[in-house]
Amino acid sequence: MEKEQDKILNEVTSGDYKYGFYTDIDMETIPKGLNEDVVRLISAKKQEPEWMLEFRLKAYKAWQGKKMPQWAHLKIPEINYQDIIYYAAPKQKAGLSSLDEIDPELLETFNKLGIPLEEQKRLTGVAVDAVMDSISVKTTFKETLAELGIIFCSFSEAVREHPDLVKKYMGTVVPYTDNYFAALNSAVFSDGSFCYIPKGVRCPMELSTYFRINAANTGQFERTLIVAEDDSYLSYLEGCTAPMRDENQLHAAIVEIVAERNAEVKYSTVQNWYPGDKNGKGGIYNFVTKRGICKGENSKISWTQVETGSAITWKYPSCILKGHNSSGEFYSVAVTNNHQQADTGTKMIHMGKNTRSIIVSKGISAGKSQNSYRGLVKVLKNASNARNFSQCDSLLLGDKCGAHTFPYVEVDNQTGIVEHEATTSKIGEDQIFYCNQRGISTEDAIGLIVNGYAKEVLNKLPMEFAVEAQKLLQISLEGSVG
Amino acid sequence: MLQIENLKVEIEGREILKGITLSVKKGEIHAIMGPNGSGKSTLASVLAGKNFGEITGGKITYMGRNLLEMEAEDRAKEGIFLGFQYPIEIPGVSMVNFMKTAVNEHRKYRGEEPLSSSDFLKLMREKKELVKIESGLTNRSVNEGFSGGEKKRNEIFQMAMLEPKLAILDETDSGLDIDALKIVANGVNELKTPENAAIVITHYQRLLDYIIPDVVHVLYDGRIVKTGGKDLAVELEKLGYDWIKKGDDTVKYG
Repeated sequence: MEKEQDKILNEVTSGDYKYGFYTDIDMETIPKGLNEDVVRLISAKKQEPEWMLEFRLKAYKAWQGKKMPQWAHLKIPEINYQDIIYYAAPKQKAGLSSLDEIDPELLETFNKLGIPLEEQKRLTGVAVDAVMDSISVKTTFKETLAELGIIFCSFSEAVREHPDLVKKYMGTVVPYTDNYFAALNSAVFSDGSFCYIPKGVRCPMELSTYFRINAANTGQFERTLIVAEDDSYLSYLEGCTAPMRDENQLHAAIVEIVAERNAEVKYSTVQNWYPGDKNGKGGIYNFVTKRGICKGENSKISWTQVETGSAITWKYPSCILKGHNSSGEFYSVAVTNNHQQADTGTKMIHMGKNTRSIIVSKGISAGKSQNSYRGLVKVLKNASNARNFSQCDSLLLGDKCGAHTFPYVEVDNQTGIVEHEATTSKIGEDQIFYCNQRGISTEDAIGLIVNGYAKEVLNKLPMEFAVEAQKLLQISLEGSVG
Repeated sequence: MLQIENLKVEIEGREILKGITLSVKKGEIHAIMGPNGSGKSTLASVLAGKNFGEITGGKITYMGRNLLEMEAEDRAKEGIFLGFQYPIEIPGVSMVNFMKTAVNEHRKYRGEEPLSSSDFLKLMREKKELVKIESGLTNRSVNEGFSGGEKKRNEIFQMAMLEPKLAILDETDSGLDIDALKIVANGVNELKTPENAAIVITHYQRLLDYIIPDVVHVLYDGRIVKTGGKDLAVELEKLGYDWIKKGDDTVKYG
């Protein structure tokens, strides 16, 4: 019967990755390899001002002096940074009259991914910045948002059109010296999204960035910068997919969020990079630095992530709670299957008085995967009355996978209250039999149980995303019951 | 409807069922009584298709089909319902979602369209009234944080929703106070038709004050040692299981 269960588990967790197609499109690429000239070349391609190039060069230097971090619970094969293409952009076809016109081939690609770029085709109020490989293809609803003073555009455009804002905030939350991958990104980043919500404005629609890796042998290094001024509100979504390939591809991104007084930013991610095949071949290496600062009083930053893709995930969306009474949240579902590895969690740094943070992490491991939660709750000396509640649950499917929890707590103020709860459970045979006895198949039973387990986090996602994420969870676990 | 012939089951090398023969016709209620450890729950689990132990002999025919070759979920969809002695908790899965999935799986099996949300909720309301279950129960996660009595009533509610042909109630009365017992018994009686059948497994006679069985079997040490009408239950209550044990000993050694 063990065997039978394994068989079903296998069937349920070996679902096919449906975003694995490749778009054959004319690309402009630069030769493989990384050196100072390549950094200069990327900057030149993007017609950047001098200050931007300087930033990149300083970052490149910093990166050269750093070593790949080894502390994560991950087995990372050696990455040859000279074997990666650092810039690949779909070519603008001749004959298109304006920059606003998009190559129909690209439109079709994003349609296939369920991200129509024509505004009239969008059903709900979601504005999208679509990024393919190294460049932003199209940003929708720009004009509508501009009427409210909201700036939503590609990072490259922001550097050109809003240099003062970019200069003021870029690198203030994640400095280029922060870590190995942040330094690398700061040197070679090619595009990403920029978003600015002015004082007192509640963004009327969800803003989103959709990242697509298409070209082979290419790394994607994008940066997102979000600034929410006093009394503003923004809900931001991020999605990602990539073609199926036997080679691993590198994705090293940076997201910075600044929330001023009374501002609230919700950032939701559904990460579905290609996870590699059942034998662990191929897949994206996802090394991401995401951090927000609650700069002003009463500000709030909330991270929600559903991580189902990537061969390796190294990611800790964090909050620096600097303003008094500010709060940070982290809600995460991380699924690993087959040979996937994830080391993900958060850092909550309490600096201001009466700051609060909540961490809810739900790990689901299946197949031969390894899934780790790593989190730091730090209460600094002056952060009186800080409060944190952390809950870290792990769910195991089968007996060849691993779940690990690494919680770190550092409290330097006597008035702080930090709570940590953790559970580890297995989907019980009894639960599955109970469902079977009511006429529910084992696969559906696992879908029900897993979604029930992750519900607390899924409920935090915007409606449209939540449905998608639920389906994704089930597909990601196809073939993995235990 | 159901024929069990000389069924033998071993668990971890120990023979638990030592040759059970039993026949249930539609329209009948059978009671199976017996002391703890006599094999009652094992019999219920084997009928429902739980993967445990080893069937070492005998056969089971259900509606003309070899039951032992059917998967648990197919047995359910063919109309076998097991009321669990210890209902399982499924955190985070709402009763509504759980039951809707189950009901629609049954409908799909019969080639029917899935119920719309409003039709489903209507059906739930009807059934809740029928088995007199407070409505709060169905808004919670499956059995999570339910009291013992609530869990048992929830089993009867699920039975009402799924309208089984053959209901097997495994010690549904255990741990219930007399009011809860009446609700459970009332549910079973309300759902009784000439077309379906029930096997009520119980340790005590008191449930049979409210559910009147057509046939009573006494299971002891893996065998049915006595079969009779409803009076057998009364006699058993009066004389206790020792009487059976003694009887059994007489058979064995006499």
